[in-house]
Amino acid sequence: MQTKLSNAKKAYRSQQWLAALVLMIGGILVAIPFIWMVLSAFKPESEVLKLTPTLWPETFTTENFLYLFENMNFGVYLKNTIIVVLCSFVGLFFNAMAGYAFAKYKFKGSEKLFYLVLATMMIPGQVTMIPVYLILNQMGLTNTMAGIVLPGLVGAFSIFLFRQFMSTIPNELIEAARLDGASEFRVFMQLILPISKPILAVQGILTFIAGWNSFLWPLIMANDESLYTLSVGLSLLKGQYGGNFALQMAGSTFMVVPIVIIFIIFQKHIIEGYTISGMK
Amino acid sequence: MKSYSKSTPYLFIGPALILLAVFSLFPIVVALVISFTDIDLAGLADYSNISFIGLENYKNIFSDPIFMKSIGNTLFYVVIGVPLVIACSLAVALLINFGTARIFRGFRLIFYMPSITNVVAVAVVWTYLYNPQFGLFNYLLGLVGIPAIPWLQDPTIAKGSLIALAVWRAIGVNMIIFLAALQGIPKTYYEAAQLDGANNWKQLTNITLPLLRYAIFFVSITTMIGWLQFFEEPFVMTKGGPLDSTTSVALFIYRNGFQLSNFGYAAAGSFVLFVAIIIITMIQFRLQKKETDF
Repeated sequence: MQTKLSNAKKAYRSQQWLAALVLMIGGILVAIPFIWMVLSAFKPESEVLKLTPTLWPETFTTENFLYLFENMNFGVYLKNTIIVVLCSFVGLFFNAMAGYAFAKYKFKGSEKLFYLVLATMMIPGQVTMIPVYLILNQMGLTNTMAGIVLPGLVGAFSIFLFRQFMSTIPNELIEAARLDGASEFRVFMQLILPISKPILAVQGILTFIAGWNSFLWPLIMANDESLYTLSVGLSLLKGQYGGNFALQMAGSTFMVVPIVIIFIIFQKHIIEGYTISGMK
Repeated sequence: MKSYSKSTPYLFIGPALILLAVFSLFPIVVALVISFTDIDLAGLADYSNISFIGLENYKNIFSDPIFMKSIGNTLFYVVIGVPLVIACSLAVALLINFGTARIFRGFRLIFYMPSITNVVAVAVVWTYLYNPQFGLFNYLLGLVGIPAIPWLQDPTIAKGSLIALAVWRAIGVNMIIFLAALQGIPKTYYEAAQLDGANNWKQLTNITLPLLRYAIFFVSITTMIGWLQFFEEPFVMTKGGPLDSTTSVALFIYRNGFQLSNFGYAAAGSFVLFVAIIIITMIQFRLQKKETDF
């Protein structure tokens, strides 16, 4: 009996090692594009074009990054991207407000309106792409920052997540705040939002990532280079400097690394977010 | 016990709902209407240039060889891509869930990483990796004596190359969904099975997979909808080439709408895609119902 048990234990342990080994190989495969990107970004162009590539940069250079800012307008693209990110946080606030109303107020048509909100999740982007362009064109917002930001400002899924979370806040708390004479908006700002920190954290990070990565609307809306975001600028770089891989890798590194750092810091929140949303 | 005025809730939902109405709901109506017109740049400048042409756009689009090709390509992406995504993300999730050591949490991080990174940046990096002369992939193949592969130059291989990139990006999110579902399975089921002498394989096929049914269903629906709208990868990496062999329906719509300014024609294409998504999703729901019936 004793040996049988220890045999089982041994088998279990070797299975653990096997699983780790398989994941290790898979993980390296998954990580290769990142590693290659970062390493190539610090190589001079001549080294990248060698027929036998070097893994580690032989001559370490930050020239590529400097070129992006000095000869391309990456400073402007960065500024625009940050504006897009900041605006999308306003959208996040709208989502939270709507989620709160759907969670805690009884009003006429609330259920129907909520289903309407959910229904917008099913509409593919390709269907709304052209009419939204025409609508914004009618409003005179093409080639403006407002036109870039507005279409993606609010999202049904985010409203849904806020509603799910805020329904769990006890009504007594809200009533107590009202008895103390707080206005409805104050209740929301000073009671509901602080309680909703976990969901705000998840949504905040996802909003940041989505804003930082936004590509389609800036691409459609911006005619002037002065309105380009980083991802549009990067696709432009790919077109203009098709053969200059070191420069392209530097641009990609500049886009990817901030997100990876933010993700590593906050990864616990993001992954927990899937549990909050009840996606089981 | 109501201390707020009747209008308060509407003020709270107002901003979000107005934006959703203007940029999600109203556009559907606009798209439907313009899909029956010949609106283009001239029509945009002066509405009197627009005329209703009935079903002309729909008739034309189904005889457009590039549109038919893009449907074929999109189906190819779906048929190959969806099972690959499910298999890979499920396998990774099972392995990570099986592991007990701390290092397995690190793996979760690594596999999730591609899904949060910018698609343009990633497409630029992969284009470099795929480069026939200077790319890493062909160099590595060369080391083991395999001749260079035209990753993005050959019509069929190019489709596969784009799928590889998209699968790489899709594993992360779906793996997390599977992990959440796996952690929801009570440990007692496995303990009972072990007492009955069931081996790992039997536990997997008789407990884990049946209980993951809903997660698998959810992932397959969302993944399929995503692949039907496949856009950024071919847009950045191949521009739909070579010879339109990687053009997806979504790329076809974008190109007609924003590069050729055939807004009406593109809107008709987008409605065809919309209807296809609805039909395929409904079929999947039907199949799922049948499966749970027995």
